[in-house]
Amino acid sequence: MKKPRKSLSSLSQKYIMALAAIFLMLFLIMHLATNLLMLLGDEGEAFDRAVVYLGGNGFIKIVEYLLFAAFLIHISLGVVLQIINTRARPVKYLKAIRTETSLFSRFMFHTGVIIFIFLVLHLVNFFFVRMNWVPLPEHALHSHDFYAMAIVLFQNPWYSGIYLVSFVFLGFHLKHGFQSAFQSLGLNHSKYTPAIKLIGTIYAIAISVGFALIPIYFLFFYS
Amino acid sequence: MDFTLKIWRQKNAEAKGSFQTYPLREVSPEMSLLEMLDYLNTQLIESGKEPVAFEQDCREGICGSCGLYVNGRPHGPARNTTTCELHMREFTDGETIVIEPWRAKAFPLIKDLVVDRSSFELIMLAGGFISINTGGAAEANSLPVSKINSDRSFAAATCIGCGACVAACKNSSAMLFAAAKIAQYALIPQGRTEARERVENMVRQMDDEGFGFCSNTYGCEFDCPKGISIDFIALMNREFFSAKVCGHKKTSD
Ligand code: HEM
Ligand code: FES
Repeated sequence: MKKPRKSLSSLSQKYIMALAAIFLMLFLIMHLATNLLMLLGDEGEAFDRAVVYLGGNGFIKIVEYLLFAAFLIHISLGVVLQIINTRARPVKYLKAIRTETSLFSRFMFHTGVIIFIFLVLHLVNFFFVRMNWVPLPEHALHSHDFYAMAIVLFQNPWYSGIYLVSFVFLGFHLKHGFQSAFQSLGLNHSKYTPAIKLIGTIYAIAISVGFALIPIYFLFFYS
Repeated sequence: MDFTLKIWRQKNAEAKGSFQTYPLREVSPEMSLLEMLDYLNTQLIESGKEPVAFEQDCREGICGSCGLYVNGRPHGPARNTTTCELHMREFTDGETIVIEPWRAKAFPLIKDLVVDRSSFELIMLAGGFISINTGGAAEANSLPVSKINSDRSFAAATCIGCGACVAACKNSSAMLFAAAKIAQYALIPQGRTEARERVENMVRQMDDEGFGFCSNTYGCEFDCPKGISIDFIALMNREFFSAKVCGHKKTSD
């Protein structure tokens, strides 16, 4: 018998990665639902009430820590995987691989890195302000006044542009990632896999279009 | 048909290899790709040059030894076809054909187009069998197997271990191979007894050999000459999960 290995097996790592990703995907739904309240045209009143409520909720606080853990796990495993996968073929082919695969599946790491860069920017702007690590914009009411901040930030076309591009890549990541997570967990069956793929496509489009509506609203329709 | 061949030549594992170009004229469209290489080798030998080394045995798509990476695809442009069964009519006259060995850390190169696939052997040794230590064959009807599981087990067992899945994968992952070998036993009662140790041991061996992980690009399924389905990878993942969660802790032995 071989000695039990210390490092996690490939399959365990993919299981953990997929579970963290599912948590992140659920969070995105929650996050989008809250953000869409900004579009009600009530000067952010409903949105602000939701933010204050969530900010003061103990359960949400715990979930927030879980969220950080999920990001950390997903991203660090993503980097580890990329290194292992690249090392598995030290000598490359002369002819690029022509085997048919979906485009997005080949670029999960790259779309992931774009999401990561976006995430850093996003945290600097919203979360760090809340923690009082970065100064508030002057006309904000209180440290949770993300609506006021959204107005300032998104009326800058460059800033909105970065967000919009990031959402496109997030959509690409999710288009492959959604069904991939189920496959990694071993949930593949002729009965329901076609449905998972369809739901994944709808989810990816809904998430990227949904989030994109917000910068578009502040850039073009808010006055 | 006339072709320009661009073939990887490398004297041995240590030597530095390079691509060599060989024009080849009057190739019959009925030749297989291996016969075309025989034809080239005859000419090389006649002119006193070293023939191209490649692996082959059955030449009928069952032994799995003949894998070559042809024009960017394992076993060439035709689907569900091994290199030995690939006809030259699949190519266009005058085409340049690039022939490379499988590229993977776990498949070290031996010579020219021949790679060492012992890593697959070691994965099999780690659990790709059923322990029957003594006795004659049992009465077949005493072990009922459902039609669907017997069919699926058989479909998994058609894997010839050629390594095309590894060659096709951007991560050089051997998941499709390991999955097929795990599934062929997992689906029938004879294999259930050792199912949990089997999946854990084979996966561990696969990791130790230096194959990459699965990114679910499904390229392996696309280029598998036997059309093995990625459903088996999901099955392996389930088997692995159940082994980890429900299996017994290993006793030291
Ligand atoms: C909101 C953020 C994110 C969500 C919802 C998300 C979701 C997913 C999902 C569902 C998968 C499929 C999991 C699987 O194959 O089992 C995946 C894979 C992946 N993610 Fe993310 N992801 C996010 C952010 C990131 C970031 C920031 C990175 C940074 C590196 C990243 C890197 C990767 C990589 C490399 C894979 C592919 C894993 C593989 O090749 O097997 N992801 N992601
Ligand atoms: S030589 Fe046996 S499969 Fe091709």
